[in-house]
Amino acid sequence: MTRFLDGLLHFRRGAWEMLASVLIAAGVVMLMQPFALVLYSWSFLVTLLGTVMFIIVSHFPE
Amino acid sequence: MLHSPVDRVAEATPHAIAKRFRGLSDRSLAWLFVAPSIVLLLAVNIFPLIWTIRLSFTNFRVNRPNAEVEFVGLKNYISILSDKDIWLTMQATAHFLIWTLVLQVLIGFSLAYLINKKFRGNDLWTTIIVLPMMLSPAVVGNFWTFLYQPQIGLFNYAIGFLTGADPSSFSMIGDVALAPWAIVIVDTWMWTPFVMLICLAGLRSIPDSIYEAAECDRASKWRQFWTITIPLVLPFLMLAVLFRGIENFKMFDLVVQLTGGGPGSITELTSINLKREAFEKWRTGYASAYAVILFVTVFGLASIYVKALNKVKER
Repeated sequence: MTRFLDGLLHFRRGAWEMLASVLIAAGVVMLMQPFALVLYSWSFLVTLLGTVMFIIVSHFPE
Repeated sequence: MLHSPVDRVAEATPHAIAKRFRGLSDRSLAWLFVAPSIVLLLAVNIFPLIWTIRLSFTNFRVNRPNAEVEFVGLKNYISILSDKDIWLTMQATAHFLIWTLVLQVLIGFSLAYLINKKFRGNDLWTTIIVLPMMLSPAVVGNFWTFLYQPQIGLFNYAIGFLTGADPSSFSMIGDVALAPWAIVIVDTWMWTPFVMLICLAGLRSIPDSIYEAAECDRASKWRQFWTITIPLVLPFLMLAVLFRGIENFKMFDLVVQLTGGGPGSITELTSINLKREAFEKWRTGYASAYAVILFVTVFGLASIYVKALNKVKER
């Protein structure tokens, strides 16, 4: 956990890619879950944020 | 004195053309060769994408080309993301996607594992198994509607024969509870051979020497399966899941032919719903926003999946 937070603070690709992946996965789950409409409503924003973040952070140093 | 083919080509090039290209750097020549592909890519992929994003912020209707087009901001996105019917189509897509992937991976890998064993008629069985994949989805959808017929359908007869139930007592494509499973069964029947072929390529790429070394170390078959077969086939399997996942997320033809999205809208997947919005209700701006949402979802999923695939390959 400390390594992950350290990676985020120092703009390391691994940690930020992990964060972006979690956001994309959460967005897709929110989009397709059958439980709460409010989660569905916010799903696209979360997926979009994750995807844009993924594209940007894939240019960060290892 | 001309020696190489390059010299001969240079000699044969008309002087006017040679003069024009003389002095171009390697980099410029490379750009010159790649330019037609880039122009085609921009015209066919990038421009429509940018145009769709632009339309998604408008109230444009393609059946009213002369009507004034208004900028509506995020209205289309907000109405899609608060529409319960579209939410239901997302759930139908999730059901279809998850179950087809699970079944196709399990059955496809098992078949590949069996086919990989040396036995008589191996090639014949491979050909028979891959036949469904070679058929057109429209044809498959059409003949499965006959197989699912309650009175005369072979599928209902087989289920009745195995379970003792009356074949005409249930309708796979007419029942709200069964229709989602009907499309899963047909897609699995059609596309499991594809997963099987990719897994087979993976299994055949594993050198026998690794298994021989494991035999020397007295590793059991079970251990060999989990520590050699599965890790070495995993990149192939993940590739198959990526292809099938993207394909099934935008599944259209097979389901339209089979159920048309019904009964009601229980099997209406996102692509069918999108087509209705775009080409039946003619809400082009709205449908563009819908398409952008689906695109971002698939793009995001594919990105993390490709990253995971590369990690597995590096291991």
